[in-house]
Amino acid sequence: MDIRLDQISHAYGDTQVLRDISLDIPAGKIVCLVGPSGCGKSTLLRFAGGLERPASGRVLQLGTPPEGCLNPLTYIFQDFALLPWRSVRGNVSLVLEDHGIRGKRAEAIIEDVLIRTKLSDFARALPKQLSGGMKQRVAIARALAVKPAVMLMDEPLSALDAQTRELLMDDLIGLWTRQPFTSIYVTHNLAEAVRLGHRIVVLSRRPGQVREVVEIAKPLAERTYGDADLDKVQRHLWGLMRDEARAADEELIDV
Amino acid sequence: MSETAGREPIEVRFRGGGFAPNSRRWVGFAVFVALIAFVEWGTRAGWITSLTLPRPSDVLATFVGLWESGLLFKHLVPSLTRLVIGAVIGATAGIAVGILIGLFSYMRAGVVPVVAAIFPIPKIALLPLFVIWFGIDEGSKYALIAFGTFTPTVVATYGAVDNVDRSLIRMGQSFGLTWWSIVRKIVLPGAMPGILSGLRISLAIAIILLVAAEMLGAEYGIGAYILEAGSLYDLERLFVGVVILSLLGIIVSAAIAAVERRLLAWRT
Ligand SMILES: Nc1ncnc2c1ncn2[C@@H]1O[C@H](COP(=O)(O)OP(=O)(O)O)[C@@H](O)[C@H]1O
Ligand SMILES: [Mg+2]
Repeated sequence: MDIRLDQISHAYGDTQVLRDISLDIPAGKIVCLVGPSGCGKSTLLRFAGGLERPASGRVLQLGTPPEGCLNPLTYIFQDFALLPWRSVRGNVSLVLEDHGIRGKRAEAIIEDVLIRTKLSDFARALPKQLSGGMKQRVAIARALAVKPAVMLMDEPLSALDAQTRELLMDDLIGLWTRQPFTSIYVTHNLAEAVRLGHRIVVLSRRPGQVREVVEIAKPLAERTYGDADLDKVQRHLWGLMRDEARAADEELIDV
Repeated sequence: MSETAGREPIEVRFRGGGFAPNSRRWVGFAVFVALIAFVEWGTRAGWITSLTLPRPSDVLATFVGLWESGLLFKHLVPSLTRLVIGAVIGATAGIAVGILIGLFSYMRAGVVPVVAAIFPIPKIALLPLFVIWFGIDEGSKYALIAFGTFTPTVVATYGAVDNVDRSLIRMGQSFGLTWWSIVRKIVLPGAMPGILSGLRISLAIAIILLVAAEMLGAEYGIGAYILEAGSLYDLERLFVGVVILSLLGIIVSAAIAAVERRLLAWRT
């Protein structure tokens, strides 16, 4: 299933946030959205998953979601959004219960996703007992449980320290390599973008517009920490972003 | 910092500490014991006259007498029944209305002013009205207690619902949870800490109103017992009644603490 964003524009009150964004997210690819903070990345992602409506433009699904898919458009949030009163297992089962999946069938799915995210030993733990990286893995497990067609990730690693981020990037690459998923991956971290993105979309400062789209042909599994080719792309991206970021930083914030 | 040579090092003064309550139960107990011992000493030594305060040991003796005569339970059982029925009705209705206010803007716009209007009315003033509406028997007593617990519970509950983390609700919606699932599995547990601390206040108010309710047309009950002792200026019996109410308050508070420990173990 592909996603198409068709000429999306939006304003909150008098503030124009996004202007005429058109993008295709092809099945099985990770598209990274980068841009200075406040340029409307999170807003665009909320539109993509139907949590909010754009003032103009449309979000289209092309094709039907694969068989067995419970929640085609599934989010992974920066702040994990785990229910603190439910265990790891309970947090995963939360999203199955409403689909009438209980008992043995639920057990099988939960066990599978916890193995894939290396959390089997922590099924009974409460979120407060977990480190940030583990919490985000629980959120990933929860997302995998509903067999999404598209994963919408909003800065999923930004709340984590640098080492944890590297580990989790490896985990994500591993997950994708074993079973390619489609994803819109929002980040302001260019190193993440060049490690995980098949395509990188650079947005300008607010109002967000597409400045440039960079394709990276190198397969994900071959991209390593400190790769020279990726460094070149990253430098190019930083060249694009630097002035935008500086200008965005110096604008008054009217909240 | 080049002048350090030859000087004595000074240890950095500790200034962290405090602002972190931890459990010191025996302190509360010790304060009680000290207070009672002080009054006992004063009444025995004579600088507290028997008209000012009764002697604690006499109060205890009166209490034992009440127990042995079987009258204690004759007073306690109807009181507890009234308290439980009234508080359960009031708290349940309060939680339900509070959640509705938290969830629906029209409820909020319509009901919050009404609650604000009835909150400051001393419910005791309405007792004659309740007697006409619900009868002189148990009905008016339940109504008074229920009404008194209702308003603080409503206010605490909708405040608690307002404080539920919106990002969790977003998450529920993004996974396609039904409205009812979101309310049951996200809003309600998320509001539970606020609801329980509201109940602490509501139930204390319920005990106050219990006594007020029993001062009118009740033969048995802690309130009736206290009223009778007061009109006879029987300080020992008056204090027995007061002590029973205090114990009731401590028990209710401990019960809520136990519920919190069970339901809110997920909190850090
Ligand atoms: N619900 C909202 N109401 C009003 N303004 C908003 C809202 N959400 C976001 N904004 C504004 O829109 C702009 C883009 O926000 P966001 O999409 O969060 O940016 P990013 O994720 O790229 O940092 C910001 O200026 C922000 O203040
Ligand atoms: Mg954002």
